[in-house]
Amino acid sequence: MLQKRTLAQTEAIEGWLFCLPWIIGFLGFTVGPMLYSLAMSFTDYDMINKSKWVGFANYKKIFTNDPLVHIGVKVTLLFTFISVPLNLLGGLSLALLLNHKLKGISLFRTLFYIPAVVPYVASLLMWQLIFNQNFGLLNLFLEKIGVTSLPNWLGDPKYALWSLILISFWGVGRDMLVYLGGLQGIPTEYYEAAEIDGASGWKQLIFITIPLLFPIIVYTSILGIITSLQAYNTAYILTGGGPANSTYFYMLHVFNKAFQDFQMGYSSALSWLLFIVTMFLTMLALFVARRKANA
Amino acid sequence: MHKRQQLREKTLIYCVLLVLVFFTLVPIVWMFNISILKRVDVFKVPTVWFKHPWQWSNYKAAIQSTPFFTYLGNTLLICILSIIGEVLSCSLVAFSFSRLRWKGRDVLFLIVLATMMLPKSMTMIPVFVIFSRLHLVNTIVPLVLPHYFGFPFYIFLMRQFFLGLPKSMDEAARIDGCNVFGIYSRIIMPLSKPVIGIVVIQVFRDVWNDFINPLLYLNDTNKWTLTLWLQAFQQDFSFDWTMMMAAAVITTLPMLVLFFFAQKYFMQDIVFTGEKG
Repeated sequence: MLQKRTLAQTEAIEGWLFCLPWIIGFLGFTVGPMLYSLAMSFTDYDMINKSKWVGFANYKKIFTNDPLVHIGVKVTLLFTFISVPLNLLGGLSLALLLNHKLKGISLFRTLFYIPAVVPYVASLLMWQLIFNQNFGLLNLFLEKIGVTSLPNWLGDPKYALWSLILISFWGVGRDMLVYLGGLQGIPTEYYEAAEIDGASGWKQLIFITIPLLFPIIVYTSILGIITSLQAYNTAYILTGGGPANSTYFYMLHVFNKAFQDFQMGYSSALSWLLFIVTMFLTMLALFVARRKANA
Repeated sequence: MHKRQQLREKTLIYCVLLVLVFFTLVPIVWMFNISILKRVDVFKVPTVWFKHPWQWSNYKAAIQSTPFFTYLGNTLLICILSIIGEVLSCSLVAFSFSRLRWKGRDVLFLIVLATMMLPKSMTMIPVFVIFSRLHLVNTIVPLVLPHYFGFPFYIFLMRQFFLGLPKSMDEAARIDGCNVFGIYSRIIMPLSKPVIGIVVIQVFRDVWNDFINPLLYLNDTNKWTLTLWLQAFQQDFSFDWTMMMAAAVITTLPMLVLFFFAQKYFMQDIVFTGEKG
């Protein structure tokens, strides 16, 4: 005798069944590996020899016996807390500019997005040439406007990180789109009412636009911080962490330890620390945002 | 008076925008420029711009001096397999979140969204170790397989789209005896071409641009993708700017052309991907 199922029960089974791909993927590609990584961080696994349990030795080494860790932290924090606000200002300003009902404004919007369409590695090779000290586009331009000391952008420890920040800023079209979407969701009546009350453009910006955009700003900033804390792609391709470790990102250190030295145990510990810090900062940002939103 | 002020404001905005667009796009134009110059012209002062005749030989050299078409084939294969996986898995999951009612559905959806905030750097190492122990390094499995398990952003996009389709169709189909998978495959999916198009383009773009995964997992040079092909120019031909830029243009052009035809499909990302450093 077939057991009769209620419609709700059938639908529940179907619901979970259709979700199965994501659930399996989540367990197999996220949760599982994370736990595995945690376990590895307490061993000295190096892909060749049998792994040995070493307790907190890896973590101890990170804090006391690895100078590259300190460099990595410094470079990463410097990069993050310069480029995230910079991209925020840039993206938001651009979106505000593009939020006018002018002819052809959508063409401009499309044009500003093009940097995001260029494949990343291609754009990095392009930038490598642009930053060339003698014949690169940037120095050619600076020379034209009268700058006398033309730096070796990627080869000078003073300027290398700034070059990477500039590259990140060039891609601000992506953030711009998000802010533009948010701006276009603000009803024009608010601005009209403010205009009637005699509020200037700046006042409108501060008292209407920014508060209403606040959730989006928080959201993109958090994502920006998370992404920047894990950044290493550009440094790997363009500078290898140099010159003089001026672009030696924390995540680059993790990458080198894992895929150059194959010290899987140690690098797992490194990446767990990054994870904890990132999650902490995210929670902090969300908490602050909640407080501000409810204020 | 007000009109004149408005006109001034308009002109100012246009001017600022023109300047900004110029500085934004001139690097790309310069990339094209270098790719068609003679090697000697690259280092001439004042700067040489688009001098005739254009050296298409740079492009020929870039393609012929390397197994370009093998790499192109590899890349396209990974793209197609990934696209199929992502469309299938994300639509199934999104279907569950939008057309089926079950306890815990909305909570699970929030969890899916929350996982988007998890740093990806965390799983890179253990996943590599796992694939390594399964002897799947140096295959395309690690590159393709994850796409068969859904990606939160695409699940989100598809769910939003599905929610916009009228529920009456589902009910009519059920009355006609259609089972749930039939509703999914014969009703929802055929109507979802727009959102499927978005996912196809985004996945294609992600795979085409992917550098780290091919770097980690594709050791044999004959298995390389175009990203690795391009990066190799940096090491081999570090003084042959023209060939390097020709190669860069070759990888860029398909994306630009695709963008030209499918702008709306491209500009969907809400800052989820993003290689910033």
